[in-house]
Formats: sequence, C-alpha cells, structure tokens
Amino acid sequence: MRLFDPPMRRLQRMIGARRMAYVFLLPNFVFFGLFVFLPIGINVVFSVTGGTALFPSQRPYVGGEQFAHLFDCGSYLDPATCREDHFWRGVANTAKFVVFQVTAMVAFSLVTALVLNMKIRGRGFFRAVYFFPVLLSPVVVALIWKWILQRDGLLNAAITTLGGQKILFFVDPSWAMFWAVFVSVWAHMGFYTLILLAGLQAIPADLYEAAEMDATPRWRVLTHITLPLLWPNMIVVIVLALIKGAQTFDEVFVLTGGGPGTATLMIVQYIYETGFASQVQNFGLAAAASVVLGVVLFVLTLLQFAAARRKEI
Amino acid sequence: MRLAVLLGQRRNGPGRPLHWTDVAAYAYLALGVALMFGPVLWLVLSSFKTQSALLEFPPSLLPFAQVEVTVPGQPQKLPLFRTTLPDGSVRELAQVRRIGLVAQMVDPADPSKQFRVAIDKREPVRRVALATENYTEPLQRFAFLRFLFNSVFVTVVATLITLLINSMAAYALAVYAFPGKQAATLAVIGTLMIPMTIILVPVYLVITELGLANSLWAVILPGAATPTGVFLLRQYMLTLPKDLIEAARMDKASEWQIYWRIVMPLTLPALAVLAIFSIMWRWNEFLWPLAVLTKTEVYTLQIALNAFQGELQTQWHYLLAMTVVTLAPVALVFVFLQRFITTGIGSTGMK
Repeated sequence: MRLFDPPMRRLQRMIGARRMAYVFLLPNFVFFGLFVFLPIGINVVFSVTGGTALFPSQRPYVGGEQFAHLFDCGSYLDPATCREDHFWRGVANTAKFVVFQVTAMVAFSLVTALVLNMKIRGRGFFRAVYFFPVLLSPVVVALIWKWILQRDGLLNAAITTLGGQKILFFVDPSWAMFWAVFVSVWAHMGFYTLILLAGLQAIPADLYEAAEMDATPRWRVLTHITLPLLWPNMIVVIVLALIKGAQTFDEVFVLTGGGPGTATLMIVQYIYETGFASQVQNFGLAAAASVVLGVVLFVLTLLQFAAARRKEI
Repeated sequence: MRLAVLLGQRRNGPGRPLHWTDVAAYAYLALGVALMFGPVLWLVLSSFKTQSALLEFPPSLLPFAQVEVTVPGQPQKLPLFRTTLPDGSVRELAQVRRIGLVAQMVDPADPSKQFRVAIDKREPVRRVALATENYTEPLQRFAFLRFLFNSVFVTVVATLITLLINSMAAYALAVYAFPGKQAATLAVIGTLMIPMTIILVPVYLVITELGLANSLWAVILPGAATPTGVFLLRQYMLTLPKDLIEAARMDKASEWQIYWRIVMPLTLPALAVLAIFSIMWRWNEFLWPLAVLTKTEVYTLQIALNAFQGELQTQWHYLLAMTVVTLAPVALVFVFLQRFITTGIGSTGMK
C-alpha cells in the first residue's frame, strides 16, 4: 500500500487536503452505485417492460402489465384462482411461515434470554451454545436436518423405538412447513436471544433489589418489571424477525425444495425461479414480484425505524 | 466433580434453598446444549460411517464397520461373522459366499474347515472404524478441491476489498467536513435497507454487462461495499483523538499516510470484527452465487453442496463428509472467538 503514497500525495497537492474526502469515498460509492443504486433503477424499468431481452433498451414498454399479470386473481385468498398461482402460493406460504416463525422465535428467544440472564455457572458457555447455529451456513443447516429427518433418520429411529410409525416428514405438507419453521428458529434464535439479553442487562439492578426488599414473588417481578422494560427490545426482535422472515429462501429451499408440491414455496424462491431457474427466464415478472416484496420490506423497515426511535426515548 | 459444583450453585448465595426455577433453568440449558450441538455432532459421527452402515435402521450412534480378515487361499478379504453352529457353539467365521439363505463359511484360523450356515445364525463382527474414504474419495471423484479453492478465494479476496473500501469511506465520513457529507451518509443508510433479494435480477444484468457472469468476481464484487461495515468503522474512528490527526498534518503527512499509517492501525479492533463478519457472510452466501454461477467449475462449496444433494440422493456418505468440511472453518472460528463474537454482535446488533 506504500505504492499508493506518491500518487495520493500528488493528487492531494492538486485538489487540496479537504477534497481528499471525495477520493476516499469514491471506491465505496462506485460499488454502491453499480450494485445498489443502478440496480434499483433497472429493477423498476424491468418491472414495466416485457419480452425476454436482458438489456433494458431492448425491452418493450408494457406499463403495468407485469403487475396486472401478478395480481390477476379470482380471489386473493385462493392461489389456485390466480394466473400466477405460484406467486400467490409463495405469498400465502411466506405469510404462514412468518407468523409461526416470529411467534416461535419470540417465545423461545425470550425464555432463553431470561434463563441466560439468571446467575448461572457457565453463563458465557451457554450463551455461546445457543449462538453457534447462527454461524452455520443455511445449506449446512438444511442438510443437517435433512439427514436427521429423512425416512431412515435419527428422529424416525426414535419414533419407531418408542413404538410409533415412521413419518415421511417431507411428503406431508404440514410436517414440511413445521420443520421449515423449526429449522429456521433453530438456526437464528441465538441472534435474537442476544438482542433480548442485551435488553435484560440494561434493566437497572436497583429495581430488582427494591422488589426483593418487598419480598415480591418472582412471577410478579417478571410481569411487572422485567417484561415491561424489555418491551422495546421485543419490538426490535419482532420487526427484525418479520423482515428476515419475509426474505426466507435458502434454508427452506435446500431443506424441502419448496415442496411437497408448492407447500413450502416462498416468495424469494418464486423470484429466483422465475428470473433464473426456469427454462424461459422471465426477468420482467421476477422484477415485478421483487418490487412487490420490496414495498412490503420497506414498510417493515419503516416499522423498524419507528421501533428503534421509541427505544431511544 | 465439576457437575456437582455446577448443580450446587445457589442462585441467592449459599444457605438459601434451591428455587424450582433454578432447577428448571438448568434442565432447559441441558436440553438446549443437546438440541443445539446434538444435530451437528450426529452429522459429524455419521460422516465417518461406511455407505452400508449409513443405510442401517435404526442407526447406531458410533461409526461401526464390519471386520474383514485375510484367509489363506482366498483372493479377497472376507467379512467376519459370529456364527452359532448347529451344535450350539459360537465361533467367529469368515464368509466365503452366500447362496440364498445359506452362507458358506470358513474358519480363518484353519481354512480347511468349511461350514454351511443358515444366514440368520450369524451376526457381523463389528468394530468402531472411521470411514475416512468418505473424505478422501470426493477429492478424486468430484472437483471438490476446486470448490474449496473457489470458496476460499471468494472469502479472502472479498473480505480484503470490503475492509479496504469500507474503511476508506468510513475515514472520509469520520474525519472530514465536506459539502455533500449529509447526502453521502444518507445514501449509506439507504443502502442498508435494500436487501440483495429484491435487486437480484438487475444486479445480474450489471454483472453480465461487465462481462463477469460465471466468474468468481461476480460473487465477490456486488457485496463488497457494505453499509454495516462503513458504519461500524466510522463509529470506531469517531472515538479516535483528533489531535493525533492534527499532529500528523503538522508533520506534513499526506492524507493517505494519515489514513494508512495512523488511523488504520488504531482501528484494528473494529476491522477485526468486520473481517470476522465478512468471512462468515461470504463463506455462507447462497442465493446470489446460486443465481449468478451456472458453470460447475466456478461453484462455491455451498452451491456445490446444494447441487450434490439433488444428484447424490443415495450417496449420503459423500454428502455428509462434504458438509462437515464446509462447516469446519465456521466451527473453528466459533471455538476460538466465541466470547468475542457474542459480545461483538450484542453491542453492534449486526449479523
């Protein structure tokens, strides 16, 4: 990097020390420009054009046709009545997934954070234990569970030893959804536990001391001190889990492939398959679907900012 | 002993009775350890099983393999069985061949003695054995080393670029006052809200137009500038004493020298945090490489693994071993840096 010294010095002599700020900003903004700002613009162009060409200027303008195609439904509650039934199955599945996942995530990370906040030997170790899966890649996470849940896997071995029948977890749609949620909670709950733990440790200790002086029962301490004061962190957890949940793809895709049938097909998988994996790549439709997803995520992000602001007060 | 100490620990100091919530808490934590580590441990144990041992149901905990012996006069190694003979005695015999429900056995110690035994009268002799060929064979049979190299290359190069350009931007935003600073900061915050997921198609177009499709650079470049990285580094640089930079300017150091020789070394702790995160992100990345890489020779480990699990449904022995190799670096990072990581994430709230 010493190589940069002489040219940078010359540049500085030419434009002055203060303007060097732009030189330092430049590389990063070239990347942001090329891979974030420009793509956002192109995405909008894609969503209002048709055809199969990849280059925007070769694509004919079709106005809101892509969106009309996406939203062409007999009833929005029944994906089978839609022209893009896979998109709506993706929407319905993602909604179902997010509701179950966020509920389970909040419940388990709250209990875990409360337990880890107790004066317990080896607290650091246990905290790390719950965090470990967060580090694993989604593919590894999915393959670990696929191995355990397969027909002759560990779980079925346990079930048959206890006298039950083997269950084909990935053939039964409701089991497939259950495991998609379970595996996702398993993999990410450590992250949310940390957020709640940080909140628990920010609660002033004298509140607890006062409660102990008054011999307040433990459950009352929990419902009257801990939970109300933890509420801001809970909101952060809920909104973050919503945002991440709406973008769920990799774990579920590797675990179930979206199946059986379309029982666990998520919106992102629909976008990926429409734009990349299908025989006829439909960039316009994929872009339109991603604009819809983008709007949902934007609303959720606004919620997050509102939550974060309230937390500061 | 340790366990006794652990369980004897009272919540409110010695002398008070163990509250039921303490007992419940330890039970919950024990269950947690089993549930969080158990599946990974099971994967690692399974990855050392032979193909036939993997097909067993119910599966055994440890990787067993049938013992094979060399018998004089036989061209191949023969599997060893514990056999119950018609007279009720039990002997360890090697199986020469099996015809229908009858096996032809031979005594390894005395090959002249031949036995004909019903197959339900024999049980394989097994010993704990590691099927390391699960690990060595993929090296030859698939371009496994190639995928490993691709993943390492992407991770290392992407992390270096990320550290360099993000620290430069952070330096500009932390040290200077300049027209457009507000706008630049806002733009960085703005990018924070744009997940890769929703700009997948156009980023693919940009990469194609740059002529980078199906190259490792297609994976490396789009995520190199991360708003989280810029913010993390900027926050840290703001805490550095301003006098230091002023003094360096007095000594006629160029702005680049101040950045490279003074600010960067002092920012090392924050750079280390970003480096660890970048390594995790890049090593684990899936959706984007899946979309942009279509040629096998540029596959990263994650993509190769996914492709394999479709093709090699029956070849779990290779798949499991490759999965273990994929998770090994992450597990190492965890072992060495766990304390650092949990506090680091707790305080910065990033992932």
